[in-house]
Amino acid sequence: MAKQQQSEQVIKDSGENAIFNKETEGLSQGQIVLRRFIRHRAAMISVVVLFTLIIVVYTALDWRIGDEEDPFIIPGWWRYGFEDMPELRYGADCVDGSVGCPTIDAIPFFDGDGVSLGEHPFGQDDIGRDYLALVMRGAQRSLLVMFIIGAIAATLGTVIGSIAGYFRGWVDAILMRLVDFIITVPVIIIGSVIGFHFGNKGAAFLALLLGLFSWTGLSRLVRGEFLTLREREFVDASRVAGASNRRIIFKHILPNAVGVIIVSVTLLMSGAILLETALSYLGFGVTSPDVSLGLLISNYQDAFTTRPWLFWYPGLFIIVIALCINFIGDGLRDAFDPRQRRRLSRKEKANARAMQSRSELA
Amino acid sequence: MFSYVLRRLGALIVILFGSSFLLYNLSAISTDPLADLRLSDAQNRDYLIQALTRELRLDLPPPLRYFIWLRGVLGVFVGNPNFGLTREQQPVVEAIVDAIPTTIRLVAVATIVAIVLGIALGITSALRQYSRFDYGMTFFAFLLFSLPIFWVAVLLKQYLAIDFNDFLVNAKISPPWIIGLSTVTGFFWATMISGSRKRVLTIFAGAFLANSIFLSFISATEWLSYPRLGPIAIAILGVGIAIGVTYLSVGLSDRNAVKSTLCMALIGTILYFPAQTLLDSSRPRVGILLLLIALLISGVAVSFLFSRIDRGPVIRTSIITSVLIWGLILIDQMMQAWRPFVESDDVNYRPVATIGQSTIWLSDVSFWVRVLDFAMHLVLPTLALTLISFAGYVRFSRGTLLDVLNQDYIRTARAKGLTERTVVMRHAFRNTMIPLTTIMVGDVAGIVGGAIITERVFAWQGMGTLFNKAINSFDLNLLMGVILFLSTLAILANLIADLLYSALDPRIRVGAGK
Repeated sequence: MAKQQQSEQVIKDSGENAIFNKETEGLSQGQIVLRRFIRHRAAMISVVVLFTLIIVVYTALDWRIGDEEDPFIIPGWWRYGFEDMPELRYGADCVDGSVGCPTIDAIPFFDGDGVSLGEHPFGQDDIGRDYLALVMRGAQRSLLVMFIIGAIAATLGTVIGSIAGYFRGWVDAILMRLVDFIITVPVIIIGSVIGFHFGNKGAAFLALLLGLFSWTGLSRLVRGEFLTLREREFVDASRVAGASNRRIIFKHILPNAVGVIIVSVTLLMSGAILLETALSYLGFGVTSPDVSLGLLISNYQDAFTTRPWLFWYPGLFIIVIALCINFIGDGLRDAFDPRQRRRLSRKEKANARAMQSRSELA
Repeated sequence: MFSYVLRRLGALIVILFGSSFLLYNLSAISTDPLADLRLSDAQNRDYLIQALTRELRLDLPPPLRYFIWLRGVLGVFVGNPNFGLTREQQPVVEAIVDAIPTTIRLVAVATIVAIVLGIALGITSALRQYSRFDYGMTFFAFLLFSLPIFWVAVLLKQYLAIDFNDFLVNAKISPPWIIGLSTVTGFFWATMISGSRKRVLTIFAGAFLANSIFLSFISATEWLSYPRLGPIAIAILGVGIAIGVTYLSVGLSDRNAVKSTLCMALIGTILYFPAQTLLDSSRPRVGILLLLIALLISGVAVSFLFSRIDRGPVIRTSIITSVLIWGLILIDQMMQAWRPFVESDDVNYRPVATIGQSTIWLSDVSFWVRVLDFAMHLVLPTLALTLISFAGYVRFSRGTLLDVLNQDYIRTARAKGLTERTVVMRHAFRNTMIPLTTIMVGDVAGIVGGAIITERVFAWQGMGTLFNKAINSFDLNLLMGVILFLSTLAILANLIADLLYSALDPRIRVGAGK
């Protein structure tokens, strides 16, 4: 009985192998990775959600380009800007007697009036500013911070990691000590020290500085990859063929390490958006008049019992963004991992078995 | 080995020097302690500026000031360290030493809970790869990854403190809640154990029924208002612990182990009675210790009695059981202090605290009420910290266990006919412990960072508060003291992780070669 089970297992394994081999026949590494990624359902949903969100968020408000006095305005889809101060709704306008209540009506049927946005879907803040516009502005800043930190950390981490790993010796020693210096202090502390002094210079500048301190983890990973890759035959071959160091690093080794880099940068970015919110919460991040999601939550956390919407909406945006990025990172990791196998559907398993027994008969 | 540790400690000092130099200059250049003085319109403004400049040596450039600071710190080696004074003229070392216990209490409990729960759920998730339970855990872990901790904390304050305290005033669980909670429990167990459709349905029904009966019982007896374990519950839970621990560590087929752990449950129940007088006496700490020693000794004695060959595993199992039973008796003791605690004027029927690390007692209260008070203040911050770091352990232990389960030696172990329990617990789990330990130890620094925010939300007076104060008042000495402490902690944790790595995996020899 056990023996029969075992031999069935063998048949199943080799049949599945055949399926996987067939699927990847004649495809480049990039195409295989892309196919695997597209098959990762959670990651694909996250990509769609994140892109929709980015488009919605960045087209919501008016864009003012050019000089302060007479700007060229690209109108956004939302009627208020984040600096406008419409009249604050209170008293009879709000059912429960609160101030600046939200007008969004998301229940389609039971209350009889269908879905509508109303005048201020997310409500208004203390001085009457439209909260939807504020949240959109905050999300714009938070996303910007995330992308800037991600871009700087990715560039610096990759370059420094590859130089350290490729040249080894004293270059490696110096660069890795530098990494040690930075990595030993918790990020939140470095962030606070920087944020406290430069937070008032705007979100982009803050992100730029934070990026200068968040490349360390990535550079260690890249260095590790380079240390193993530089001993491989293809590197020897290209060196014999007369390739320069720069060419070997960027054209030969780096493409092989790209999986590690992409995955770790996505995770770094989801960490970056949480770092920005945490710093803003502590008061060391983005400060008013600039707006960010963390700042909105931090401003209105005490209003939770009386005006919960001021707390919920920015929080939901942070969670959705971070969740999407995390799932995309997970999907990428699975896609780049050559050992990763997807789960076969029942039909495919049956096919595999049939194929195997046919080949055995023949 | 010894020389390796020495070399690493040497490197530690170099790194600390580098990172402190970097941060000192960074914060010195970007701060201006004189800023608010310059803006003031006090009569003696110029004099104050001069005094402060002299006091903080602001006439010197930051790198030079750093070396003055460093000279004081290097006094550590001659037994006379000088970390300087805070802006309130308190020695920095004193301020930090005051703050450490609070932070450690917060971090330690959260870390332990996160590790135990995270690893348990991660392992189950890996063993049920691609099941509903696995997908559910993955989603849950990612959700927790994406939550800002202070956001969670506000929610916890509202729903688990304010609303739960309201509920406790009249602790009746309404039928819809019983049905809802039981359905969730049923789903959890059914997806976790899984199997054929019939089995899943049976498990769901069983868990649903058991949970609703349990909740109705708790509601009917008002157990939440008058919590108490008592000897009967301790006996039942003790038998449960005995069987559970034996099952996980050596398997139920080892009759000797089963006998000795069951015997421990019996001894624990008997010891419960003398323990009451011992723990209520004027020196409860001695009582706690004596009880533990008595349980440990009887644990070892019992396992010697019941086993002849291969005593090690049996002794280990009995010792784990006796420690857990010790915990049960202490929890019962805390529950007995519940009424005096809740009814006291200072608590006034709001047991779950939202801010602070302990109640400031106006009247004299007993030892156990104080302990209970500490525990109730720990609940929310610990939960917030646990939720955040627990997700990492779930993902990591799942990943490593899946890696290990694909190895050849696991196939060999299965092929030679070992039970699945032995394969998973002895062969696979032990090997996942190696990377897990390094992550655990390395995580300490990260958790302390999380504690900075948590302390702020729950108004605890720990390292985080000091840090906030240091930044906001341009207090360079205090800031550097906190940073130096935290980064030393992080580097030492890394060193310990490396040493543990070699202790757990004999193939890795630290300090060899090179």
